[in-house]
Amino acid sequence: MRKVHAPRFSQLCLFFVMLFLFMPLIVVAAYSFNSGHGMTWQGFSLQWYEELFTSSHDLWRAFWNSIIIALTSSLTATVIGSAAAIGLKWWSFKLSGYIKVATYLPMILPDVIIGISMLIFFSSINLPLGMFTIYAAHTTFNLPFTYLLVDSRLDEFDFSTIEAARDLGEDRKGAMLRVVVPSIMPGVLSGFLMAITMSIEDFVITFFVSGPGSATLPLYVYSSIRYGVSPVINALSLILILASMALAFIFRRFLKSFAASA
Amino acid sequence: MRKPRKDKAGIMLAAPMGLWVTLFFAVPLLIIVTYSFLKKGLYGGVEWEPSFDAYRQVLDPDFIAVTLRTLWTSILATLTCLALALPTAYAIARSRHQTLFLFLTIIPFWTSSLIRIYAWINLLSTEGLVNNILLALGIIKEPLHLIYNLFAVILVLVYMYLPFAILPLFTAFDRFDFTLVDAARDLGSSKLGALVRIMLPSVRSGITTALVFTAIPVFGAYTVPLLVGGMGSTMVGNIIVDQVQKTRNWPLASAFSVILTLVSLIGVLTVLRGGRKDKKSKEVRT
Repeated sequence: MRKVHAPRFSQLCLFFVMLFLFMPLIVVAAYSFNSGHGMTWQGFSLQWYEELFTSSHDLWRAFWNSIIIALTSSLTATVIGSAAAIGLKWWSFKLSGYIKVATYLPMILPDVIIGISMLIFFSSINLPLGMFTIYAAHTTFNLPFTYLLVDSRLDEFDFSTIEAARDLGEDRKGAMLRVVVPSIMPGVLSGFLMAITMSIEDFVITFFVSGPGSATLPLYVYSSIRYGVSPVINALSLILILASMALAFIFRRFLKSFAASA
Repeated sequence: MRKPRKDKAGIMLAAPMGLWVTLFFAVPLLIIVTYSFLKKGLYGGVEWEPSFDAYRQVLDPDFIAVTLRTLWTSILATLTCLALALPTAYAIARSRHQTLFLFLTIIPFWTSSLIRIYAWINLLSTEGLVNNILLALGIIKEPLHLIYNLFAVILVLVYMYLPFAILPLFTAFDRFDFTLVDAARDLGSSKLGALVRIMLPSVRSGITTALVFTAIPVFGAYTVPLLVGGMGSTMVGNIIVDQVQKTRNWPLASAFSVILTLVSLIGVLTVLRGGRKDKKSKEVRT
């Protein structure tokens, strides 16, 4: 077989696109070590990291809000999304088409629509905005991911293993718990991690459904961008970039299937 | 494939998710659709009186101008994304370091959108890095206005949504059997001819997917025009939010949301239909 060479033009494009994607991130990361305030380099310093870790109380409160919301909403979405994936895959009933569509759509529609419709909904039923409304919104936009990842895992499930378990004396519940649950676990876990990522990074939807005192990390970043930036945000940026690198590294084996589902 | 079962267990498993998405997605969406046909309340909210006022207001020349600008901006940003993503995705698919490049594409994609916008503000603002460098090199005397205009909005939109275009295109190229191109060339086709006639048809559905899944979030963009745009670069997303937060005109915000939803749905249906056609033609071939 002839040796395959990627043509030069596309390789050049690849190089420039990668440069384009990373240049802004690298600049932010580099300037987090700048001792001055602006974009003129005034020497190396770790003072913004010191400020980030010692005297940014609002930032840390926002961080913990983000963590609480991410964990609770991802857990809810994972449990009800995984159960629904099994129910929708192996049983047929009237509303299954509707449930699938209503679960997919929040992933596809622009964030502004989801955020505004929820805001109007919560205002109409006089539900005060705060941690609960953020939790409800995040669970809703996490559901398509947790549902889809378990659903595609179920496609590979070999049904005869259940029959084998039943032949060997397991009842239906036992077969479900000891055969089905372990085999879909990778899908459940990657759905959970995906949901955590989506939840921690969401700004637009949270912006609409949050109330006083319930700011999450992206909302904190937003208000510091709008109302006077402190270079502490640069330091925070580098940490968040490293976090997404770590996550992508954990997911390195699934990157191809992630690209296919995106 | 097993025959689907018909007892009650299935609906019990799916019910919690069904109820959840009904309460927090379907009902809010229905409320918006309903409100778009009602009258604006005096102090925000709505009056329960059927009316087409909101849709009439959508046709106000100022709003038409914003809608057209949104359309134009999205088309430009989406096509730029596609033009950059096509050769990039092709190169990744043919590279020996696929995982590395996918890793590099996904990192910015998973980094907080606000951090990425903030990074661009650092580069483009009057005292930003680009102006600093150009001034220091003596190329310009006065800082350039690189931010708070349509140029910045399009540039940052392309930056934000480029991975949305690269990933589905990569999948399409990765599934394509490149020996077919070699075969066409052996049979006398030119290189470009082989790419256009052999490769293009089989990656067409990937291109549609990339187009639609870039265009939808771009068309509904809110944060980018808010943070790097100016007076002359507001988009439909900004109108919707202003109508809710400032003017408190819920019916008008709802009408714009309904329009945005319909446009997105048409896009998605196009992709789904394309996918189904692909599947059919494959079944015929095998």
